[in-house]
Amino acid sequence: MYTYDAFDRTLVNERVAEFRDQVARRLSGELTEDEFKPLRLMNGVYLQLHAYMLRIALPYGTLSSEQMRVLAHVARRYDRGYGHFTTRQNIQFNWIKLSEMPDVLADLASAELHAMQTSGNCVRNITSDQWAGAAPDEVEDPRIWAEVLRQHSTLHPEFLFLPRKFKIAITASAHDRAATKVHDIGLRLYRNEAGEAGFEVSVGGGLGRTPFIGKVIRPFLAKRDFLSYIEAILRVYNQYGRRDNIYKARIKILVHELGAERFAQEVEAEWRTIKDGALALDPAVVADVAARFCYPRYQPLTDDPPEVAALRRTDSRFAAWLANSVANHKVAGYAIVTLSLKPEGEPPGDATAEQMDAVADLADRFSFSEIRVGHEQNLVLPHVAQRDLPEIWRALDRNGLATPNVGLVSDIIACPGLDYCSLANTRSIPVAQELTRRFRNPDLARDLGRLHINISGCINACGHHHVGHIGILGVEKNGEEFYQITLGGRADERAQLGELLGPAVPYAQVADVIEDIVAAYLELRERPDELFIDTVARVGIEPFKERVYAVH
Amino acid sequence: MPFIKAGRRVEDSFVRVRDDAPIPDEFPTLVSAERFLAASDEFADRGAPVGVIWPNNRNISELAPYLDRLALVALVFPTFRDGRAYSQARLLRERYGFRGEVRATGEVLRDQFLFLARAGFDAFEIKKESDAAAFAAALRRYSVVYQPAADQRASAFRRRFTEGVQHSDSTRTETVA
Amino acid sequence: MTSPLQQKLKITGPVVITANRLADGVVVYRGARDDWTTQIGEAAVATTAPAASELLAAAVAEDVLVVGPYVAPVALDPNGRSQPGNLRERIRVDGPTFDLPGHFGS
Repeated sequence: MYTYDAFDRTLVNERVAEFRDQVARRLSGELTEDEFKPLRLMNGVYLQLHAYMLRIALPYGTLSSEQMRVLAHVARRYDRGYGHFTTRQNIQFNWIKLSEMPDVLADLASAELHAMQTSGNCVRNITSDQWAGAAPDEVEDPRIWAEVLRQHSTLHPEFLFLPRKFKIAITASAHDRAATKVHDIGLRLYRNEAGEAGFEVSVGGGLGRTPFIGKVIRPFLAKRDFLSYIEAILRVYNQYGRRDNIYKARIKILVHELGAERFAQEVEAEWRTIKDGALALDPAVVADVAARFCYPRYQPLTDDPPEVAALRRTDSRFAAWLANSVANHKVAGYAIVTLSLKPEGEPPGDATAEQMDAVADLADRFSFSEIRVGHEQNLVLPHVAQRDLPEIWRALDRNGLATPNVGLVSDIIACPGLDYCSLANTRSIPVAQELTRRFRNPDLARDLGRLHINISGCINACGHHHVGHIGILGVEKNGEEFYQITLGGRADERAQLGELLGPAVPYAQVADVIEDIVAAYLELRERPDELFIDTVARVGIEPFKERVYAVH
Repeated sequence: MPFIKAGRRVEDSFVRVRDDAPIPDEFPTLVSAERFLAASDEFADRGAPVGVIWPNNRNISELAPYLDRLALVALVFPTFRDGRAYSQARLLRERYGFRGEVRATGEVLRDQFLFLARAGFDAFEIKKESDAAAFAAALRRYSVVYQPAADQRASAFRRRFTEGVQHSDSTRTETVA
Repeated sequence: MTSPLQQKLKITGPVVITANRLADGVVVYRGARDDWTTQIGEAAVATTAPAASELLAAAVAEDVLVVGPYVAPVALDPNGRSQPGNLRERIRVDGPTFDLPGHFGS
């Protein structure tokens, strides 16, 4: 992972000083809330139902054990002992006082953490594949490019007051674990026929009120042009994105209204005039950033060591966890371990300070001090020697981090919803909790296979419900909580939006309906290994509709 | 209202002239875009400097052919959250090479001074007295910038090579002034 | 529970003005003595749109004390004291509707 140099540290410290001054001027009344709100948003400070919420950036989902300990410290010292990992690889704390925010940011800065641009109408945290640098199917580490772009977009004077928020994601694997197709800019690093590595650039993806899948506007962008081309996109958006209506202000609306081809032409015209200027990327600049990425000194190990084989035979719980939560690493003898933050009955994506400390310790001992956060709100230890898996599993199990449900029906992605968020119409966490109880049986969950449920408490879609295999969207009807169900969404390289199943159902019936949908799948699937999403693709939603709405 | 140009608080020498009023010859005048474009040839012959107020929802490229007869381009922030003029300012400086005054008008507040300066603004019609007093301090808020802009400050990317501050094992306490 | 940030001022029952305290974000209600209280039962109740607007305007003017004031429905209990009038306001009084992780279960 990236380590700061003196420039990075200085900038973060200066940012803390600036925000301390801004908070003081707000508390004294020198700044009105209107003047202060965009400033605090650019430091990740939201006002929610009960309190302020602080969203801390975990750049491209990577953090060190030391950083995780500082997050645990923040949870204990300033909050209520826990934090929430988000669908954009950030962490949120829900109870911090505004008056203490500068101190929190100072503590974070000492560990090279910050909350810059995690909200506001600016370029947000650039997200990536949580398996970057470890996945076998990766072209190169996309996080190097995410870091180059993070720096370029940080306090970029031209783009801090965009029409609306701007989200960028980057992947370097054929299998897209970063949901790039539903981002304002999606970047896919790949090799062309000539063997050259470059980027496929998509724009205009996004969820919310008007969801869109991103459109490719440039099939191959050379590395040299990485910054200048993105600058051109941002400049076109800054000038022509709508400012009259916040629901039509994202770049996806501009791309839709102009058409992808015309939009691409506008970008090209702008880009042609700047591509050979100061933003032409010298490979030495990229190499310099890459040099500050630390990679593990792997030992020469072999796959499937005897410790693992033995325990797998004798301990069915270990075997279940191994089969579910451990993935292949690009280096022989190593593994990528996912830590489920979705235990039965708990709010999805939350971790206590104790759990954070436990993960930090395990990272130090077993993962070269490196931890990842995925957009599905789970954690990852990316570089674990396979022979250490038994010991890691026991420790994770003790800490409630070894539920073998990664990617399964009870691995639910949910936004905070009405229990926390002032934008929400309905609650989402209790719906998720009930679903984890209904599907607690690990044999059933395993039999159902990969099945992504996404829950959003309002149309802003922070739970990414549009791209869930089963999507659940809370709506308000006559003061009561109702939920719309969609089927067939996908967030990966075959991204598509889910289809509405039928009329919204009341809160008390949601779990029953999901059980009916799952029962329908079991009935309709061609064979046990046909995934839910593939059954939906094959038979459409009508058969599901019939079964669900016949009963209700 | 307070006016700052080239980092110092001064009297604004430009006079805003309404669309229906005659243009005086003796002092610098600031006119609307419509008026200027309708009679740009006339303005070329004026003795005194001419400035135009260019709206933020109009392409700055339309003004490009006339920049040689303008001493001032005033750009507009209807609210400080509307950031279109940042792009307009950068284009004026970096694409069209405009060397006259680029002025920020509208809702111009202290926490944006540095970004405005980096984008190429060198004059500011400032809403609040207290902000004007803090102008110099605001520009010094950040000693490190990551990206090139209109102000020619060296980006961190460039400084890493010219100043040799790099390496992942450097001491944790070092910072640059 | 349509977010009140999108509400038009339309009074169909008793309402109070609620906001969050600027410095710490704690939920507060405008009291009868032009003060702010953390107890919903002590909030000033309005029953007409003009009365609510007046309370709201006064709250908005106190930018240095509270942020995000808005009109929230209440239900009056048999003693005439305010109780939260919808789920959102119930959550703002009681906190999230589940046990918080770790030591701070509700």
